[in-house]
Order: sequence, then C-alpha cells, then structure tokens
Amino acid sequence: MAAKHVNPTRMELTNLKRKLVVALRGHRLLKDKRDELMRQFLELVQENRKLRQQVEEGINAANKNFALASAVMQNETLKTAFLTPKQEVTLEVGKKNIMSVEIPVFTYQTRTSDPNDIYSYGYAITSGDLDSAVKSLADILPLMLELAEKEKACQMMAAEIEKTRRRVNALEHVVIPEMQENIKYITMKLDENERSTQVRLMKVKDMLLEQEYQYSKRYMADG
Amino acid sequence: MYKITVMGDRDSIYGFAAIGLDTYPIAITDDTSAAVRKLRELIESEYAVIYITEALAEKMEEEIDRYRDVRLPAIIPIPGVSGNTGMGMKMVKKSVEKAVGSDILFRD
Repeated sequence: MAAKHVNPTRMELTNLKRKLVVALRGHRLLKDKRDELMRQFLELVQENRKLRQQVEEGINAANKNFALASAVMQNETLKTAFLTPKQEVTLEVGKKNIMSVEIPVFTYQTRTSDPNDIYSYGYAITSGDLDSAVKSLADILPLMLELAEKEKACQMMAAEIEKTRRRVNALEHVVIPEMQENIKYITMKLDENERSTQVRLMKVKDMLLEQEYQYSKRYMADG
Repeated sequence: MYKITVMGDRDSIYGFAAIGLDTYPIAITDDTSAAVRKLRELIESEYAVIYITEALAEKMEEEIDRYRDVRLPAIIPIPGVSGNTGMGMKMVKKSVEKAVGSDILFRD
C-alpha cells in the first residue's frame, strides 16, 4: 500500500515516472561514488597507519634522547635553552579535491633557510645529548606534517562515505520502492476507472437500444 | 598563513619549541576544562595543525571528536614521554569503523 496519499491522475503518473528515472540514475551514481570513495579511503588509511607507526617510533626515540639530555643537565639550563627558539615553522594550507571531498594540503616553510640551523642555545653549557635530541625531532617533523594531512583526509573521507552510504540506502530502500508502489497504485486505479467507464457505456448503450427498438417486448410477443 | 602547535604535559613537548612549533604546556589532571578552553582558543586563532599528547587527548576525546569532519584544524595525537597509549591508532581505527561499518584493517 502506498505510504502517502497520491492523486490517481495521469499527470501525477507521468510526474512520478519521470522522478523515478531521476532517482534511479541518482542511485546508480551515488553507488559508484561510494565504491570509489571506499577504494581510495582504504588506500589512504593504510598509508595513514604506516605513517603513524613511523612517527610514533620517531617521537618515542626523540623522547628518549630528551630524557637522556635532561638527566645530565640542570633543569634551569634546559629551560633557558629553549626560551628563544631560532626556528619558526609556518604553514600554507591548500586544498585538494578527492571525489568532491576537499582535503587540506599542508606545505610548510621554516624561517631560517638552513635546516640545520635549529639550535637556539650556546653549546658551552648544554650537553651534546640535547643536540641529538633536537636533531631527531627536527628530522621527524616532515613526517609529522604528512601524518596530519593524511589523518585529516581519512577523517573527512570517512564522514563523506558515511553520508553517501546513507543516501544510497535511503534511495534504495525507501524512496525508490515508495515511488514504484505509487506508480503501481495509480496504474491500477486508472485501469479500474477505465473498466468502470466501459461498463457504464455498454449499459447506457443497452438502455438506449432498448428505448429505440423495445427488444424485450418483441421477445415477449414472439415468446 | 597558519602555524602549528603542540599541547601536552611540559616534559613531553618542550623539545618541539626548538624546531619552531609553538608549545602550550598543560598539566594533565582529570579536570579538563582548562585544557578544553585552551584548545578552543587555539582553534579560533591561527593554528591549522594541533598535536596533542595521547595522555591529554584521551582525557578530552569528546572535544577532539567534534573537529573530525571539519577541514581545519587537524588535531593529531602523538605519544608523550610516558610512552604510547594507542590512542592515535584508535583514532585511525575510528575512521575505518565510521566508513566501513566495522573494523576490517586492524583485526590482528
């Protein structure tokens, strides 16, 4: 039974049929979109996972170096060493369009052009361990940025996939069946109307003929 | 022009200052209101990428989840001095679960 009331008219039927065609095409397109999004997402998420493993290992290693440095240095010296950072990282955020998901693209610039010019302290009072700690962290920075980019892309694509899947399901299981149901209902109603008109016409014709020739009386007379 | 910042306990993040990232030390307690306020403040300003130590991120997961679907900022958990809690991988896993419906990559 049709879920909501529709007018059983020919115009409504034409409209519905046209809408059904659009809905079917939309459904097919969205399904394709979902599949392609899923394929790209799975690739991306694998990269994301590998990158995260790398970054986590790198940061853990750097942290070990820092622990080593802080063990041999006074806390105050350590604090003052980083008070005035030499380096500064700024980001440009572009965007890339993957299947109509706009994911961010990060390109970074450092203030000093020499990537080794990162030590913001004199070497006299700090330990050599600190240098290697800072170096190990600086080395991992490009990977960290790549991770940020990939991870954000994954999150946004996951959201898009969820949205698309909902749309596909809504079309497949609600909108399209309802339209087909309505079309069937209207077709049957129209057919029924046509039959009843036909019957009425036949009856009227009978009556008219009866009036003109009075068949029943003649039969009786012949009888 | 955007910048990058690191949030977490001081011991985990002070090194990042050396390589040119802004650091915001936050003591990790069960009361996260100060951290949440700081995070919102950072998001409002010029930061596009915010790294948060896993220990802190775990405490304010709900707040972080609110920024999953928006393009900026990217909030990324990183391990702190106390080691790896698996929080970062959990976020990746969450994306997979959201997209696929169940976890198909991390079943080991």
